[in-house]
Amino acid sequence: MGKNLLKYIIIGLIVVVHIIPFYILINLSFKGAGDVGSKWIPAQSLDFGNFMDVWREAGLGKAILNNVIITGIVLLLVIVIGSIAAYPLARRRTRWNNFIYTVCISCLIIPPLTILVPLYKLVVDLGGINTYWAISLAQVTFALPMTIFLYTGFISGIPKELDEAGVIDGCNQYSIFFRLIFPLVKPITATIIILIGVQVWNDYQFSLFFLQQKSIQTVPVVLSMFISQFQSNINWVAAGCLIGMLPITVVYLFLQKFFIKGMADGAIKG
Amino acid sequence: MNTVETKKSVNANRMALRQPNALQKVFLSPKALNLMYVPALLLFALFIFYPMVKGIRISFTDWDGYSPSFNWVGWDKYTQMLTDKKIFITLKNTLIYGFGSTIFQNLLGLIYALFLDQKLRGVGLVRTIVYLPVIISPLIMGYIWYFFFQYDGGAINDIRILFHMAPSDWLSSGPVAVNIITFVNTYQFMGIAMIIYLAGLQSIPKDYYEAASIDGARWFDRFKSVTLPLLMPSITINVVVNIIGGLKLFDVIVALTNGGPGYASQSLSTMMYNLYFARQDAGYAAALGNVMFILIGIVSLTLLRMLRKREVSM
Repeated sequence: MGKNLLKYIIIGLIVVVHIIPFYILINLSFKGAGDVGSKWIPAQSLDFGNFMDVWREAGLGKAILNNVIITGIVLLLVIVIGSIAAYPLARRRTRWNNFIYTVCISCLIIPPLTILVPLYKLVVDLGGINTYWAISLAQVTFALPMTIFLYTGFISGIPKELDEAGVIDGCNQYSIFFRLIFPLVKPITATIIILIGVQVWNDYQFSLFFLQQKSIQTVPVVLSMFISQFQSNINWVAAGCLIGMLPITVVYLFLQKFFIKGMADGAIKG
Repeated sequence: MNTVETKKSVNANRMALRQPNALQKVFLSPKALNLMYVPALLLFALFIFYPMVKGIRISFTDWDGYSPSFNWVGWDKYTQMLTDKKIFITLKNTLIYGFGSTIFQNLLGLIYALFLDQKLRGVGLVRTIVYLPVIISPLIMGYIWYFFFQYDGGAINDIRILFHMAPSDWLSSGPVAVNIITFVNTYQFMGIAMIIYLAGLQSIPKDYYEAASIDGARWFDRFKSVTLPLLMPSITINVVVNIIGGLKLFDVIVALTNGGPGYASQSLSTMMYNLYFARQDAGYAAALGNVMFILIGIVSLTLLRMLRKREVSM
């Protein structure tokens, strides 16, 4: 019992240490301009004024909407393009297809930033600056290696007898995929939605380069601009950060089992 | 009338299905299945391979990033790196961000995982809270930690003042700022390492430990001879994922120091960004991008090879 007590004290300590940054953030965002005491001292009153001011001043509503639109487009495309690409790679293991698979997977280690200059020029030439499609397609491309990797692994695990049964029932090779295989890949699709969804939702680099008009900017970009403008108003900065992280945090707290499992799956199979 | 015609067309369709024409035959051949990955390949070609080739070309020019004219300058942009004083500190910082965060994320992740791999209440809560930063934008994480390290009214200086110590301007010193950035990156992503180690620990069969206990092995011996070798696959994943993440670090640096003071905490990523968008030296930025690509490739593949060799099968 005494031994366990020590362990519970350690658990308590870990929880406190890891929660402190969030305590400071939340505390700061509630403090009014006149409340200049230490960041550690709880706010004198629960004042929602900062949130209202920041919401209006930074235009976070529109930014969140842009996040939803871009993340939605990317997820839809990455699931469709990734899963159909994975099917031949999993089922027709020819030497050529193995080569294609290796090419797809090696794209995993390419950080988009290393090709920033030519990529930015390409998007400018295509007229894609400040458009939903350019940022979405770029995000899809860099999310595809992981997606193809996970789908190929998962589809390889589905018994081939299923395909053979499909042939007997008169399916062609495409309807086998769409009618028999695709309904079965739901678990890995959930993993991909979480893995890629978090990545795209929080993306700062692509958004910073490709979205230069306020009306199309996402939360991280809007927030960074707002903060560089109002750096001295630390309570506004905190309120902005809190609003910015709230949507995904709420989803995480409700679906945390899927998040933790999904992220671990993605990495372990990677 | 209508139904008859519909029936006719349905029949015609059936006939067509039974006797595929030449085009359909090609379409239904096993090789044609490969068409399904063409959309993905087109995207790779457009947004990765074409820019990569183009990036190599740009790195041999003095292009400023927007004007239509430029000159070919050969290897100038690469030799320029060798004489650029900033590049050494930048490279050093990049390596600290990469290896520093990797070491601490793995050490802390492993310690946390070993501790959480017990039947205790509150383990789930710890997991949820330690993992929370992983899903938050690194930019926001950087701003949150700024509240701690800022000079005036910073949360840490408040504590120093409480203990009658002089407040310190943490982020005004380059080396300290580099350590702080490494720390923030570690704090944010150690949850991933923790979860992967936890999954790895839970997949080790319990009778391995029992066998070791019967042989009289102590905790540390068991850890060294059973846990660690069987955890190698998890170590490989964590090290490779963390090193790539650390070497390309960008958002946290922008939020905390923007590479400053001066350029003392900049990484290859932020340096490249500034060269391109602030200093209009696209040629140099492209050359730097290529160097960064090669650096990340070599470091991650070497580590992958080294670690894979040490993996044993259960």
